[in-house]
This record gives sequence, C-alpha cells and structure tokens, in this order.
Amino acid sequence: MSRFDRSGLAGAAVLAAAALVAVLAPLLIDAESLDVTRVTADAWQPPGAGHWLGTDHTGRSVALLMAQGTGTSLFVGLTAAVLSVGIGTLVGIVSGHFGGLLAGALLRVTDFFLVLPALVLAIALSTVLPRGLGTIVLAIGLTSWPSTARMVRAQTLTIEARPFVERARALGGGHVHVIGRHVVPSVVPLVLVNATLAVASAIVAESTLAFLGLGDPTRISWGAMLHQAQLHGAVPQQAWWYLLPPGLAIVAVVLAFTLVGRALEAVVTPRR
Amino acid sequence: MRLAGRFGGAALSLLMVAVLGFFLFRVVPGDPVVSMTRGRPTTAAMQAELRAQFGLDRPLHEQFWSYFTSLLQGDLGTSFTFRRPVAEVIGERLGPTLLLVGTATLIAVLLGLWLGVRAAWRRDSAFDKVTTGVSLTLWAVPTFWLGMLLMMVTGDLFPSRGMRDTDTAPDFVSQALDVGHHLVLPSVTLVAVVCAEYALVMRSSLLEEMHAPYLTTARAKGLRDDLVRRRHAVPNAVLPAITLVFLRFGLVVAGAITTETVFSWPGLGLLFYDALTGPDYFLLQGLLVVTAGAVVVMNLLADLLHGVLDPRVKVV
Repeated sequence: MSRFDRSGLAGAAVLAAAALVAVLAPLLIDAESLDVTRVTADAWQPPGAGHWLGTDHTGRSVALLMAQGTGTSLFVGLTAAVLSVGIGTLVGIVSGHFGGLLAGALLRVTDFFLVLPALVLAIALSTVLPRGLGTIVLAIGLTSWPSTARMVRAQTLTIEARPFVERARALGGGHVHVIGRHVVPSVVPLVLVNATLAVASAIVAESTLAFLGLGDPTRISWGAMLHQAQLHGAVPQQAWWYLLPPGLAIVAVVLAFTLVGRALEAVVTPRR
Repeated sequence: MRLAGRFGGAALSLLMVAVLGFFLFRVVPGDPVVSMTRGRPTTAAMQAELRAQFGLDRPLHEQFWSYFTSLLQGDLGTSFTFRRPVAEVIGERLGPTLLLVGTATLIAVLLGLWLGVRAAWRRDSAFDKVTTGVSLTLWAVPTFWLGMLLMMVTGDLFPSRGMRDTDTAPDFVSQALDVGHHLVLPSVTLVAVVCAEYALVMRSSLLEEMHAPYLTTARAKGLRDDLVRRRHAVPNAVLPAITLVFLRFGLVVAGAITTETVFSWPGLGLLFYDALTGPDYFLLQGLLVVTAGAVVVMNLLADLLHGVLDPRVKVV
C-alpha cells in the first residue's frame, strides 16, 4: 500500500466518523439541553463529571455543541463545494469547447475572479444578503469556482485536440455529442478530485465567515462556536476546552478531505 | 505588444472591480439605508434625509456615474459610521497593515522557499515528510483559530491586543520596541499559514526540475550536490514560485483580515471587521475596491517581474 492509499484511507475513516456524528446528533440530542434559557449547569466549567468537554459561557455542554455543529459544517462544506465545482465545470467546458467571443469573455471573467481574494468577496456577499445557511453556501460557492473552471477548460482543450474527437466531428457529431460523449467523461475524474479539495476549503471558509459573525445565527457550527468563544473571552479565561475542540474538529475534517483528495488525485493522474 | 496587453488587461480588471463594488453594495441590498439603520430607531424622514445625503434617491445610472467619476479622483464616498471620507479612514489604517503584511510576507517567503527547497531536494526524506505534513496541516488550520491558540498558550508573554501601549515613552526607540513586541503574535500567525502554502509551492516547483537534463550535465561536470542545487536547480525553480507568491497575494489579504480581527491590530483587516458589523456599506465598498485593486496591481507586477527574471517568457 502506498503512502497515499494509507493517508487517503485514514482521511476516509475520519470523514465516515464525522458523517455518523452529523446524522446521529440531531436524533440523540434533545433541543432542551442546548437551549440557553433552560440549561442548569454552571458556565465555564472545565471538563469533568457530567460534562466531559466542559461547558460554554452559558453553561451548555461543549461536547453536545460540537456534535450538533458537525452537521452544519459538513452541510455547508459539501453544498458550497458542489455549487462551486458545478459552476466551474460548466464555465470550463463552455469556454474550452466553444471558441470565439463567448470563450474570450468567460476566460476574462474567470481570470478576474481567480485573482480577487475569495474571502473578501464572500464577506461582501454575506453582508449584503440576509443571514442564513443559504447565504453562506452562495457566498462561498459563487466566489471559489475559478480554479475549477481553469482546470476543466485546460482538460477540455486537451481532449478536443485528440484525433478521436476530430474523427467524431468528421462523422457528424454535434456539440452535444462531443461534449456529452468525449469531454464530460474525460473531465469527471478531475472534477471529483477538485470537488473533494473544494469541500476542504469551503469548510475553512465557512468557519471564517461564522467567526466574523456572518454565519446563520440560529444554527450551531464549529466556526460559530469559535465566534462565541472569542466574543465572550474564552482566551483570557484560559477556557481551552471551549477553544480546542471546534478548531481541532475543523482541522481534522479539512485535513481528511485534503488527504482523500490527494489520494484520488494519485489514482486519476498516475504519471507520478 | 505583450506589455500593452498586460496593462490593458489590468485596466479592464480594475474597471470590473469598480463595477463589482457598485453592484454588490448599491444594487444587491435593494435599499442600503434600510439595511444600515436596521436595529436603530429611525423615522422615515431621517431615512429619506440619509438617502438624499448619500445620493441614494437618484436613479441607479446617475448614482453609478457619480460614483465612478469620484472614484477616478480618489474619492471613495463617505463612511456611514465614521461620518468621514472613506479614503481618509482607509488611509489611516494602511500603515499598520503594510507593517504586518510586509513583515509576515518577507519572513514567510524566505522560510517557505527554504523549506520547500530542502524538502524537494531530499524527496521522501524525514525532513520532506515532516515539512509536507506540517504544511498540509497548517493549510487546514483556520487562521483565526491559530491566532487564538497562540494567544492562550503564550499568556502574558506578548501583548495580544492593539499595536502599542498608551504608557510607552514617546521616544522612537521605546515606541519601535513596543510596536515590535505587539507585532510578534500577529506576524507569527500570518507567517505560519502563508508559509505553509509557499513551502508546498516551492517544493512542487523544484520537483518539476529534478530530472531536467541540465542537472545531469551539472553533476557530470563534477559539481558538488550543494552547488548543483544552489546554482542550477533553485534559480530555475524559484521563478514560478516567486510568481505564485505574487499571484497568491489574495491569500495574504484574507489572512490579514482574520489575524487583525483576532489581535485587534488597527489595520485594514480590523476596519473590514468593524465595517461589516455595522454594516457600513460605503466603507465596505471602499475596502473592496482598494484591496481588490491592490491584488490586481500585484498580479500585474508579478507578470512584469516574471518577464524580467525569466527571458524565456518574452518569446511567448
């Protein structure tokens, strides 16, 4: 087993565990234990009996918050990545397959957004749109597609220069045939790799937006927990049990997606 | 011809930045005044007055034209919360950001490139595995969380808020030392995140060169391994890496926003945070135009620099 296989498997195991937590948490945790007005425990309790990850500034259990936040972080990461990779693939194929003015304009727009700091744009979008999960997904998805578009376009150009595509054209294959039968199948593996890596950066982006206070105020996410921790002075209180778990969870899941993505990449592009 | 094309492209990008700024903050929100005064007691008359004051009662194309002509003269409008020209507010915050970003970028470039070269040259060695592993992990670490951790771990060792203490002696040396002391944690945070990216870029850039025939020639001449690396491999591999450093300038900008927010460093990043908690659309618009504009200019510089450093590019 190569190094990539092993780290990829480890990543997949972490992701499976996270997915399990995300699915089970809403079923097993009753809403009351996370309701600020109904908690009975003291605030800022260090880990101990009853609360094995301590409590936050309102007395809620950090462990329960962590479990509840898993779903939000994974959901935003996955949907934003699908949106981003979807836009990127569409733009990439269109600008690679069709030449002329349209391709030129699309390429120009892609390069423009590729250069701009995605976080700044995402902040701008989530400030002007109403707060909510949908806004975060849009803000991340709409600002992170250019690198996928670039890559898909390059792959489209490569594949369309191959003799078999020329033959398909000579035999009367139209745009739909060439794209559907030749371009898309050759792009899919790359797109999958890209999507995996896109989830990783989308999760970091979500946590950053939530940390800046731009998240969905009605939902618990790892980034939102860190926002609360910062706001209520977890650092001066040395409340490591409030600060460490959300960050470590983000790192673990993001790293897992990255490792799986790199393992897939090694499979898809076997030249090295 | 190539040069003219580059400048034309950058000019077009700047124009698109201006349009994007207008569209995002004047068109998308519907009525900016309603959003900005949300949560504050305001009457309809006050809102109408504000609208007139900021020119929001005029048709969109007129608003755009006046926005665009003022922008060309360096006028970014008036901040809603500061009640002062946006350009003035941004200008005040430029210094601290340049200090932080400049220091961090310089250290990150030197350290990242060095790590990347060492890792690639002994591929799959323990050093390489550790560097790549740490870099990948740091890439997964949210910048703001790393900052909070550093703050908690170091305790009272370094100041964690602001840029200087109020009770520092006014002479230059004490002031400089104080600012330097405050600079430690924010720049370490920024360096850690950015440096990881640079190390990975430099590593893959050098790996591309590893099997180039000219290295075999250099070795065949009897050069020491060290010299082959320093004189032949690195100069070629460092070009694309340096260009990428400039191209990823947006990464530094993003890092600066969260780092400054965590450490209350009084620069543009903290201003960003203040503006979005308002929200102060006119200030945000100005910040977007300025940061995006800076990134576009950095890219143009990267292009020009690449042409100067690498004569092969001119042929293309």
